[in-house]
Amino acid sequence: MEAKVEARPVVRPAPPALEVRGGTLPEDQRELKMAARNVNLWYGDKQALFDVDLDIFDRSVTALIGPSGCGKSTFLRCLNRMNDVIEGCVMKGDITLDGQNVYAPNVDPVQLRARVGMVFQKPNPFPKSIFENVAYGPRIHGLASSKDDLEEIVVNSLNRAGLFEEVKDRLNEPGTGLSGGQQQRLCIARAISVNPEVLLMDEPCSALDPIATARIESLMEQLKESLCIVIVTHSMQQAARVSQRTAFFHLGKLIEVGDTTQIFTNPKLERTQDYITGRFG
Amino acid sequence: MSEAQTIGGRPRTTDWASSDSQRRIRKRYGADRRLQAFGILAIALAMGLLGILLTSLIITGYPAFVQTKVDLTITVDPAKVDPKDPAQGNFKALIRDAIVKFGPEGASDKAKSDRMKILTSDAAYILRDYVLSHPDTIGKTITLPIPASDPFDQLYKGVIPKEVDALNWSQMRWFERLQSRNVVVDQAGQMGLKLDVYVNPAKVEAGSPPSGDFAVLARDSLQAYLPEVHDTALFTMLAPDAPNAIAESVSADPSVIGKTVPVVFPVSQPFVEFAKGGTPKVLNTRFSSDQMATFDAMIAKGIVQTPFNWDLFFNADSRFPERAGLAGAITGTFYMLVVCFSLSFPIGIAAAVYLEEFAPKNRLTDFIEVNINNLAAVPSVVFGLLGLAVFLGFFGLPRSTPLVGGMVLALVTLPTIIIATRAALKSVPPSIREAALGVGASKHQVMLHHVLPLAMPGVLTGTIIGMAHALGETAPLLLIGMNAFIPSVESMGVLEPATTLPTQIFSWADSPERGFVSRTSAAILVLLGFLVVMNLLAIVLRQRFQRKW
Repeated sequence: MEAKVEARPVVRPAPPALEVRGGTLPEDQRELKMAARNVNLWYGDKQALFDVDLDIFDRSVTALIGPSGCGKSTFLRCLNRMNDVIEGCVMKGDITLDGQNVYAPNVDPVQLRARVGMVFQKPNPFPKSIFENVAYGPRIHGLASSKDDLEEIVVNSLNRAGLFEEVKDRLNEPGTGLSGGQQQRLCIARAISVNPEVLLMDEPCSALDPIATARIESLMEQLKESLCIVIVTHSMQQAARVSQRTAFFHLGKLIEVGDTTQIFTNPKLERTQDYITGRFG
Repeated sequence: MSEAQTIGGRPRTTDWASSDSQRRIRKRYGADRRLQAFGILAIALAMGLLGILLTSLIITGYPAFVQTKVDLTITVDPAKVDPKDPAQGNFKALIRDAIVKFGPEGASDKAKSDRMKILTSDAAYILRDYVLSHPDTIGKTITLPIPASDPFDQLYKGVIPKEVDALNWSQMRWFERLQSRNVVVDQAGQMGLKLDVYVNPAKVEAGSPPSGDFAVLARDSLQAYLPEVHDTALFTMLAPDAPNAIAESVSADPSVIGKTVPVVFPVSQPFVEFAKGGTPKVLNTRFSSDQMATFDAMIAKGIVQTPFNWDLFFNADSRFPERAGLAGAITGTFYMLVVCFSLSFPIGIAAAVYLEEFAPKNRLTDFIEVNINNLAAVPSVVFGLLGLAVFLGFFGLPRSTPLVGGMVLALVTLPTIIIATRAALKSVPPSIREAALGVGASKHQVMLHHVLPLAMPGVLTGTIIGMAHALGETAPLLLIGMNAFIPSVESMGVLEPATTLPTQIFSWADSPERGFVSRTSAAILVLLGFLVVMNLLAIVLRQRFQRKW
């Protein structure tokens, strides 16, 4: 491995030091929320995940990084069983939420997805009004006892997503009419409207401009006070900025996991080092 | 470092200004232009054909949208209509009294009766219905618009001529041949045919006056000049009094009996006119001169009108074209489409949703899928046979009814609806499904709350295309007998025999009466009108659903 790196004809300039803030999670604050053990996953004949073991702690942000096609999104989708709906997808191993196996036969995936919410790469608001977008989840789960209650949930969720001030005058306008960043925050509001315990974010900022990205990142910082967040990101800077824990995936395997500060400043493995310094990927 | 591979190859230079290059560019532009020209040509051709079709339909169909009616002044004579029992009144006599007075005096009773044929045969029933619904008119004089009968309707609209050519082409040729043989002579200012007649003693007896079968003799002698003609139309050349010419010559000289002598026969009027270079005309044989005079008198009084033909829409079918309308067909079509829609829409959507969203991918579902696509291509007459064998034969459902028609057409439209619905479901972006699943919606909630509403415009388009298909379907309906003769709309229902627009068109197109020709075209226009309305409906619904998001 050493020799290969040596053999590279092109030597890039050293990358600028990454800004790492709050990138640690002290031992005493680690409350296990979700855990993956020996997770293997196949799409038909093709194996996408190999023996992934990962602990995810409550009230923190865990970032999943790695090159394209390394299985980090697949792993994220395993956490709330979104892969169930994909034809030919077989998963083996255990994933627990609060110690309970989410793949146990008595677990209802619909309820699981209410507890483990998800925000997608591309903002995908329903083609309905802003209000309806946020009210949909509480409505189907029967979380609101009355119309006023529902309204309160919607306003509260929009507030938590930092969107309410911008849209309070046009709650009845279609959610698809918002800007990209607003749409993504609307999707976050929609996801947190059902009070999830875990929020999965699949490259939530990849379709957004830097300003909108900054807003989402500061939003995550606030949300992590009450939630467990798992984020897949291609941007190492973003992982360094927002996460406390970082997991590096490569070719379907979990290569290294640790506190973000440690991963970005002192990775244990050469491959992690190569990736975060931009040698490959 | 020494192992580092050099990235090889040399870029080729391309001369974009070379004549080869220029030629390629010209060729490419030429091909672009040709493709465009073919497209425009194809569209122009299609539009032109469509235009011709519509124009010809409108031209032939237009007369059916107006109806010749006679504002007949009728005295409802209490002697003929008993106020206590008006239904049993002699309405025919009332009509007769009202119409006979227009014609010339002194005509025979037969001629007077024939004047009634100017009006529709239903005239007495129209009057009866009117008097029954307005009993206070008994003893009064009323003016009622009565449709003219088909020949007079067509005559007044100018569809059929009042006079027709008296002679056909062969008759003229025969006469010309006789002229060229100098048989046609002018005798004392009167045109005659100078024919050799063998005065057959077996047929003629001398005497005063002489008797015999002179007409046969006259014909035989004319036939002898044109032996190859076997057509009684030949004898119209002889004037009605022609046989007298033989009688005259026999009485003038009884010794001609048994000999062959030349006799000059007078030529009938149309041929005289033809010989003078004119085009002889006679009154159309559908009208008698007495009827013509009566009708002309009515026109002169200004009581013959051509109002818009609402009867076309509000009357049911009739044997008489002037009374026939589309109300029965429209009602039948409506019932049938209701049955068809209420079966094929829910079944089609349910099948499409299951196949698209829930069905596992295996041999069975593949088989079902292939068969649905094949069913869309099955000729509809096959579905008609199926309906005949299964719905009528096996289940014993009532024949000719909108129920069975709708069931058969549901089979015809189902594949269309399923395919369109599946395509619409497929086109809903997966991100919407993921979004709904992400907040914890179950499969059916994803489907009913998000995917189906978004697919609705496509589903509706498919459904309305299917319904329009059903609206124009004829063959399967003929097989299950949905071309019943429906003279009244009142008795119609889902379980009663009915007819539909296309089968009505089919029946009318088969009818010999002249009036049905224009009515057939008019019915086709009405059918097209319904199709246009349905398509507009599809567009409006689509816009409505799309505006929601």
